[in-house]
Amino acid sequence: MSLPIGASTYLPSLGGRDIFGGEGIFEGSRVKTIRYRTYVLVWLGLIVLTGITVSLAGMNLRSLSIFLPLLIAAAKSGLVLSYFMHLRYETGLFFKLMIPIVLATLTIFIGLTFTDVAFR
Amino acid sequence: MNEHENDTGSKMGMWLFLLSEILLFGGLFILYSTYRYKNPADFHHGAEELNRILGTGNTLILITSSLTMALSISSIQKGNRKLSSLLLFATIFLGFLFLAIKSFEWAAKIQHGIYPNSPRLLGRSKGEVLFYGLYYAMTGLHGLHVLVGLVVLTAMLILMMKGRINAVRFAPLENSGLYWHLVDMVWIFLFPLFYLIT
Repeated sequence: MSLPIGASTYLPSLGGRDIFGGEGIFEGSRVKTIRYRTYVLVWLGLIVLTGITVSLAGMNLRSLSIFLPLLIAAAKSGLVLSYFMHLRYETGLFFKLMIPIVLATLTIFIGLTFTDVAFR
Repeated sequence: MNEHENDTGSKMGMWLFLLSEILLFGGLFILYSTYRYKNPADFHHGAEELNRILGTGNTLILITSSLTMALSISSIQKGNRKLSSLLLFATIFLGFLFLAIKSFEWAAKIQHGIYPNSPRLLGRSKGEVLFYGLYYAMTGLHGLHVLVGLVVLTAMLILMMKGRINAVRFAPLENSGLYWHLVDMVWIFLFPLFYLIT
């Protein structure tokens, strides 16, 4: 997502300052200052996903009852990782590869554990 | 900024630490899923006994604290120290609120005689002993992380008050924020595993 520079009028009580636009610069163009509104939207997304997962818990979903909450949790952590933790805005191989490598490690670990547990 | 400071390097160091944290909790999640697979009925019963309202409330609290944390970093980058320290203070407050609710939850369970090695718990089935063992171990380890996060964030607030964290030098605050978000993320997984999946 691009980071448009532009004033928005979210908290006009702050003296009319343009606190939403503008981009700070960190290490060249490494990390940009993210607009407040982006964060608030991500937060709203997280709240909505929490609401969905809690209301799903009351239903009888049978085989999906484990899979769906975990899928929603994965979506929520994806939002946290990419926006709150800025991974979306990072450049460089280190930041691009580290999460996939850790997830692959965990997946292999889980896979091996379950082949052991299931066929013992 | 001090010429000996390297913001990118310190951020990479922080991420390496966070990745080791993911593997630490990952190991516990694997333990949970293995025991759950072996004792589905007992885990079902255990999860139904936990207070879903308190769990949901704590989820909303941590998510909101992540928002105030992220906003605090953005506002210090824009040079608004007053707003930034206010948001940081809100983050710390929400973290304490989380711990208060968590300890209330633990206290209620302990009062009912459900705690590791309690006579009442040992009288139950093996799967429920495992469920509560994992519940205390995993939420306990997570709570410890929240506590450490609160100490770190308080130190950041003091540094900000002293002007040592400012619009030019904010990498320490950013790295503390990364840690705080990770703690939030761990809870995002703990919540459905213990409170929702019955």
